[in-house]
Parts: sequence; structure tokens; C-alpha cells
Amino acid sequence: MPAAQDCHQPIIQLKNISFSYRDQQVIQGLNFTAKERDFIGIVGSNGAGKTTLLRLIVGLLPAAEGSIELFGEPIRRFRDWERIGYVPQKNSFNPLFPATVREVIMSGLYNRKNLFRRITRQQQQKCDDALEVMRIQNIADKRIGQLSGGQQQRVFLARALINRPDLLVLDEPTIGIDAETQASFFELITHMHAHHDMTFLMVTHDLDMVQGYLGQKPVDQNGKIQFFVRHSHEAQDCVEQDLQHTLV
Amino acid sequence: MLDILSSDFFQRALLGGLLIGITAPLIGIFLVLRRLSMIGDTLSHVTIAGVALGFLIEVYPLAAGLVFAVLASFAIEKLRKAYKSYAELSIAIIMSGGVALASLFFTLGMGYNNDVMSYLFGSIYTLDVNDLYMVGGVTIIVITVISLFFKELFLLSFEEDAASVSGLPVKWMNMIITVLTALVVSTAIKIVGALLVSALLTIPVAISLLLAKSFRSAIVLSVVLSEIAVVGGLMMAGFFNLAPGATIVLLLISFLILTLIGKKGLTT
Repeated sequence: MPAAQDCHQPIIQLKNISFSYRDQQVIQGLNFTAKERDFIGIVGSNGAGKTTLLRLIVGLLPAAEGSIELFGEPIRRFRDWERIGYVPQKNSFNPLFPATVREVIMSGLYNRKNLFRRITRQQQQKCDDALEVMRIQNIADKRIGQLSGGQQQRVFLARALINRPDLLVLDEPTIGIDAETQASFFELITHMHAHHDMTFLMVTHDLDMVQGYLGQKPVDQNGKIQFFVRHSHEAQDCVEQDLQHTLV
Repeated sequence: MLDILSSDFFQRALLGGLLIGITAPLIGIFLVLRRLSMIGDTLSHVTIAGVALGFLIEVYPLAAGLVFAVLASFAIEKLRKAYKSYAELSIAIIMSGGVALASLFFTLGMGYNNDVMSYLFGSIYTLDVNDLYMVGGVTIIVITVISLFFKELFLLSFEEDAASVSGLPVKWMNMIITVLTALVVSTAIKIVGALLVSALLTIPVAISLLLAKSFRSAIVLSVVLSEIAVVGGLMMAGFFNLAPGATIVLLLISFLILTLIGKKGLTT
């Protein structure tokens, strides 16, 4: 059913992207498109350039060449940052930082649009909801540094989800976490992918973990970076969408 | 003995000390959490150069010091960008530049050196009304800016990448913190002295990091501790005829030692 594939809008479009650190070329001539509801696994060994690519996609680094579009908008003009949820690497923050779980989750709301605005009761409710969804209400007032690696990642996931984003970006979310917790975290993410209207972009070095869900073979490759993609119940989405159009 | 408490100079000292007791840890917490504790020291050395020049060309010294500190804060940000992986390099360069300029102005203005010394080691009892206006103005600016950007500054300090991905103006916010630091440091040096100013920025925060359960409570606790040290230090200095700046700082250090002992006692 060819029409079914076309009903998904592109979320990330990378056209002829190149990037180098000084004289070391990390990414060259990369083209890739992620569509609505896709789950993309960017896999590669250390130094392959996968984190660099993720930083390019979320605007933390400027591409030397090529163009990046988010939700159909060139990244320079893109302003809807609340549509993107970001889960950082575990070691991206100072573990002695005196922030509670609640304070960290609330920080997911601190974006350009909320600049100078006070926190509303509705936003506090969103935080309570995120705590509940991640089942971490019992640790809401604990300091983030006191938690286990798995709990910390649930907190960061809750923070990323507080805005109900359309795109969830995860940067090596399970690094430094024991194997059992890694598996349950990945299960949680894949469950969310199956049940929510969200696009997932996950950077990882763990090929085994993604292959089970995203298939054995990469759909694309650039240098040492491999792209694995799973389209979420795409045929069903588009049939439903077609049906709605017909009924209207 | 109690006469000193009702004297004008002591009351001015107390008021100035209380105001700096609010602003120093308020800005200090963002510096400590972003591992920029040494920036206070750097800016205080540059301020001394400005103060020395102020005496030399007969301009209000604290204002000249403030201008120097703000200019140095811009220079630090520029250098930080040029040497991204060596953040401390910008601090070392500007600090030595500040000391070099200060010593140059010292040698040019031999007659004023005693006055400049009062800024090096602090002379809170010589605070005049102009100084108080300046400290008051800086306090209002610092409290206003931090209240306006509180949540964004929290995110910036916690995780700069997440702040960028949220579309926050990270570059501007970094600049704001550095300029506010320059304002606080340049007004605090007459109170505790340039050599001790970073103690007011960092020690209350260092204690609160050990005790606080949340970011908000860390801020409140560090301000409360700094106020207790300012009032207690001034009283002790007044009664026992000690150097006020040094007494305040040593009181803070004793709080830190007690906290560390108390924490160890709790954990063993």
C-alpha cells in the first residue's frame, strides 16, 4: 500500500551533512529522513560520530555543510523546542548538584517560550503526571545524585516527557547502568513507542539492544554510523487517517 | 563596649555587610555549581587595578573598580570561547593581567597606596553613604535579574546542553552571570577585601551543598549562613577589635569545619 507510507510527515531531514573537528572528518555527505512515529537507532562504536550527529540534530553544533530541518523548518528558524524531549547521557550532570527529582523534572518546562513566566499550577500538575507515569512519585523529593543510575534515567525521561513532545531524543541513555536495568529501560521506551504518537531517536553503542526491536540490518550507513529504523504500525496509522478523511 | 553598635560607621558597615551577605552567595551558587569558583578571585584582582586607577585619576575608586570588573568579565567570556576546553585558562590570564595593572598603578600613585590597601584587605568601617548606595543598587539589580531568570539559571547550571536544546539564550545567560559577578565582587571588596571576596561567594554555598535537600533550600541556606557570618563577624570584630573582613571569613570557615565534622559524625 504505497499511500500508507506517504501519510507520515518528515520530523528530521538531514541533507548532505558534513562535520569535522579541526582536520578530522567525522560525518561526510549524510542524508537521512526520520518520519512521524519512527523509532531510529543510531548505532556506532566510540568515536564513530554518533553523538556529534545527535548534537547537530538538536542544534548544539552547527553543521559545516548541508541542511537540517526539524518538523519541516530549517533548524536556524526552528523555535518549537518544546516539541523535542531530550534525555542526556547519565554522566552529563554534576551528581553533587543539590536538585530534587521534582526540580529536575520541572526544568523540562524551562524553554524559550516560558522565559519570564511563573510556574503555573497546571504545569505543576504536569510534573505530578510525569512522576506518576514513570512511577517515581516516592522519590520526588530526593536529591538526584542520591538515586541509582536506572532511577536517574527515569527522572530524565520524565523531564523529557513533561511537554508531551513529538520527538524524543535519547543520547546513550543506558550507558553506565547495569544490564538488567538497561533491558527494563529499553523495554519501557519500546512500549512507549508502540503506544504513543512519538518519534524516537536513540543514540547507542549497544547493537544487540536495538537489533531485537529495530531489526537485524541497518537501513542506512554513513562511515561507522549505522541507522536502524522501525516504523510504528505505519500501515494501520495511514489506513485510519485515510478513513477519517473519507468520512469527513 | 556597646557604644560601637550605635555608632554611624558600625551601622553603615552592618547594612553594607547584610546586603553583600545576600548577593554574594546568591550569585556564588551559580558559580560554584558551574565550577567557576575562581572567577570571583579573578574579578576582585582586576577590581583592585580599577580602584588603584580611580585613586590615580581622582575618580570614585569603587566605580572605577566596577567598570574594570565588568570589562574583565566580558574579556573572560571572550577568552572562554577562544579556549573552549581550557575554561580555567581565561581566568588565569585575566587574573595575572589584573595584578599586573594594579601593581603598575600602585607604583605610579605611591601616595595612595594606603587607601588601595584598604580595598585589598577590606575596610568595612570606612563605608560611606556613596558606597552604601552602590551596594544597595547592585543588590537590587542582582535580586531582580536572578528572580527573573531563576528557573532558566537553574537549568543552565544543572545541564547546559539541556538548556540549549530548550532554546534558551545560553550565551546571554552566561554573560549575565559573569556581569552580575563583576558587580557583586567590585562592591564586596571594600567589605571583606579583594583577597577574601571569593570566600563570601563560595564558602556559604560549600556548606549548603552539604546540607540542602533541594536547590531552593541550598540558596536560602547559603544566604542565611552568610548573613549570620556577616553579623556575627562584625560583632566579634567590634568587641575584640579584630579585622572585620577576616573575622567574617574565618567564621564562615569554622561553620564549614563544624558542618563537615557534624556530617562525618552522622555518617559514622
